[in-house]
Amino acid sequence: MSGTARIERRRNVQLRLSVNGEDTEVSFAPYKTLLELLREDLGLTGTKHGCELGECGACAVLIDGEPQLSCLKLAIECEGRAVETIEGLARGNALHPLQAAFADHGGSQCGYCTPGVIMTAKALLEREPNPSRDRIREATAGNLCRCTGYQQIVDAIEHAASELRGEAK
Amino acid sequence: MMRLPWFDYRAPRSVEEAAKILAWEGDGAMLIAGGTDLLPNMKRRHQMPQTLVSLRQLEALKKVANGSGLRLGAGLTLSELLAVRGLRERYRGLAQAAAQVATPQLRNMGTLGGNLCLDTRCTYYNQNYEWRKAIDFCMKKDGAVCWVATASKRCLAVSSTDTVPALIALGARVKLVAAAGEREIALAELYQNDGIEYLKRKPDEILTEVLLPKADGWTSSYWKLRRRGSFDFPLLGVAAAAKLAADGTVAAARLVLGAVSSHPLVIKCDALIGRKLTDDAIAAIGEAAESRAKPMDNTDMDLRWRKHVVADFAGYALRELRGDDMSAMRLRIAKQMV
Repeated sequence: MSGTARIERRRNVQLRLSVNGEDTEVSFAPYKTLLELLREDLGLTGTKHGCELGECGACAVLIDGEPQLSCLKLAIECEGRAVETIEGLARGNALHPLQAAFADHGGSQCGYCTPGVIMTAKALLEREPNPSRDRIREATAGNLCRCTGYQQIVDAIEHAASELRGEAK
Repeated sequence: MMRLPWFDYRAPRSVEEAAKILAWEGDGAMLIAGGTDLLPNMKRRHQMPQTLVSLRQLEALKKVANGSGLRLGAGLTLSELLAVRGLRERYRGLAQAAAQVATPQLRNMGTLGGNLCLDTRCTYYNQNYEWRKAIDFCMKKDGAVCWVATASKRCLAVSSTDTVPALIALGARVKLVAAAGEREIALAELYQNDGIEYLKRKPDEILTEVLLPKADGWTSSYWKLRRRGSFDFPLLGVAAAAKLAADGTVAAARLVLGAVSSHPLVIKCDALIGRKLTDDAIAAIGEAAESRAKPMDNTDMDLRWRKHVVADFAGYALRELRGDDMSAMRLRIAKQMV
């Protein structure tokens, strides 16, 4: 692991992407995943670092509106893409309806899986404003939660959906 | 925390350029498409390519074309594949297989070509570096012994792709492109029964396209055994396809098993030709499939039971082909409507 070729290679690379609606330019080590870029180089630690292997869904973020796993995405492949993370949901002090519903329904206990679930649910509700409970389960089938038993998560997403449709009492 | 090892990164703009890079770099280069199979392996130090050649920018690999059959670009994500118009109606078995791969997020990333080239899997292999070091590694990577069967001369890692059995049952072919030229082969010819050298793809070849023949008169089905309704690789995959006459007589049929060998296992169905898919005919093929299947003790669940249910799963698939309503059974087994 020595020699000039290696040293040459260990230079940072520059990348432009949009993070939560803001154009961002960042310099980082090219072996990093999007998860590592978000947490270590952009200070956005809301996205959680779970299994690192695609077996839990804790690191899910939206890339061009689609839920993907940031732990298995090379940051270098995100040039020009729009990335949305949990930090981009609240508007000032006002929580996003999904965040509020998760708090109200007990959809979050230890909270580690929550950012990944909420981002996945956000993508679902943008495409399907009125999903059935089965459809919610299917869409979030890539997010493991060890606390809630999933009932409260489905309740919260269902409630947030009605809130976003403007139907909630 | 598992970091990726260092690598050079290339993002060619055309298949030709990608092929040239592969030819130039030789064994040190690997292709990356969705990355959902390769990156976990790189984190666990199974594969440490000097150079990653990204297929991300190759629009040619995203093409879908209808003609005498269906041509599918290998770079389509599994979600994009599932959105191809008419896929579910014409090639139901493929849609059922693709819909059951991994999780929704991973299907938004992983590609058709990636699932065709998926690394074989084993409990003694899919572990991090320290875990493997503690058992002095295995012959698939860094070691000498196959821990599944220590007398085995070859690696017994399991072919774990869902889409390949479905595609072979449908008679798919694939196109492989290298700097020196291209070739088209039957998909079944891409694999061999060895956990290490499981692909007959040459290191400088790029799998660019999957070609499906016309679906006229064909019906297909895929059934997957796994512990959970999501995430898991197959512990058994059964794909069946048949061309049926109007009265239900079988004109042609194929049955392919996944996850019971280091390659997709094609089961002879000659006995079905000219007959109808009666309960007896289905049971006979199921028994033949069960006796051919050789699951090993290197994945989830009890291996004797996994062998035992091959006949049942072949039965589900063949009954679905003859038109039985299998939706309740499918919901119970797949835990989703696909």
